[in-house]
Amino acid sequence: MKYLSEYRNPEVVVQYLDKIAKIATQKWTIMEVCGGQTHSLVKNGLLNLLPENVQMVHGPGCPVCVTPLHLIDKAVYLAEEKGVILCSFGDMLRVPGSKKSLLEAKASGADVRILYSPLEAVKLAKENPQKEIVFFAVGFETTAPANALSVIHAQREGLKNYSILTSHVLVPPAIEAVMNDDATAIQGFLAAGHVCTIMGIDDYYPISKKYHIPMIVTGFEPVDLVQGIYMTIRQLEEGKAEVENQYGRVVKPEGNPEARKVIETVFKICDREWRGIGVIPNSGYELRPEFADFDANIKFDVKIDKVEESKECIAGLVLKGIKKPYECSQFGKKCTPTSPLGAPMVSSEGACAAYYHFSQIANN
Amino acid sequence: MCLAIPGKIISIESQYNGIVRMAKVLFGGITKEASLEMVPKAQVGDYVLVHVGVAISIVDEQEAKKTFEYLEGIGELEELMPSKG
Ligand code: SF4
Repeated sequence: MKYLSEYRNPEVVVQYLDKIAKIATQKWTIMEVCGGQTHSLVKNGLLNLLPENVQMVHGPGCPVCVTPLHLIDKAVYLAEEKGVILCSFGDMLRVPGSKKSLLEAKASGADVRILYSPLEAVKLAKENPQKEIVFFAVGFETTAPANALSVIHAQREGLKNYSILTSHVLVPPAIEAVMNDDATAIQGFLAAGHVCTIMGIDDYYPISKKYHIPMIVTGFEPVDLVQGIYMTIRQLEEGKAEVENQYGRVVKPEGNPEARKVIETVFKICDREWRGIGVIPNSGYELRPEFADFDANIKFDVKIDKVEESKECIAGLVLKGIKKPYECSQFGKKCTPTSPLGAPMVSSEGACAAYYHFSQIANN
Repeated sequence: MCLAIPGKIISIESQYNGIVRMAKVLFGGITKEASLEMVPKAQVGDYVLVHVGVAISIVDEQEAKKTFEYLEGIGELEELMPSKG
């Protein structure tokens, strides 16, 4: 476990924790959407330091976690049966499909590579003209510019052997899906700072108004998180429901216009299936028809059967912040990070895995 | 995987007949390539937030250094070295 003294500016963290305790007069429930923030809250032990009446619940914001099983199966199939060089980020390659993960496919001989950036996959395509290169393009809005740029670079190079298998998800529709669930108890949101670095904050005004909830754009370090939580509670106590920017040193209200332009050139909005939740309308990106040549779904038209998820897994409730990971009967029993039953256990940024790692450390 | 990591631009070269600016960015002791297409104003010596090989914004030096130290301190930089991951 991390101790308070290791935080950047521990005194400031303590000050905000005190301020939160002072102003919170009743029970408040706040969701952080971003898996990176979940990871940071849990890893830094902040959840235990917040006053009891401040409940943090954890959102669906881990793109690796919410990538549907059948897409992972498809990636494995492409690597094993179609002889492609299948590349993605390390986290994604570790997630088990219904039979195996991409790294297991690699161990049994498929050409699977962990890359730092999709732009490296384009290089790989250039160097291996006789091979098909497929990049498994997952991510939120933060990652979309990089994935989009890879397609633009490949097009500029005139490459015919590069394509992306897209599982891109968007934050604002996920927030709406969470709020539209009748069982939700959420009264305020921390919005993900790095997503807003790209997209800006305009999308949040209508959501904040529609559901009458404060939304605070927040960074991921301990000081950011406690300050974001403080700002949310201050609004709640005053009966306000506004959009505020805690992370102004990085997030400009308009986001990054260049990045948004690249995203719009390459992607269009589509309905998207979220593992553990189901289809959320208008919640993802897919390639525009002009870029069909770079779409692995079109290039390799293989049908992969959908797989049933474990009946015991309550991922949908966990991802919407209705249940905590430890309320699941299989948490830490049949379901662990090495053999996950469901979405929030597959990557360290999923709520179940974050709690699992943390309780392991806390118990030692 | 969604973290953006701050680093310092140490050199810039152009690709695709000058259309694309690629930088070498220094993160602590590790140098990585990053596209500067999203930050047209970035220059050598600037600090940028880099996410999966693309610089997404320019940040000030103090901020960059503190954030980097924080990430390093809690062991969140492994994505810079994917082969070890
Ligand atoms: S602990 Fe495992 S089985 Fe339970 S909700 Fe989380 S992922 Fe599903």
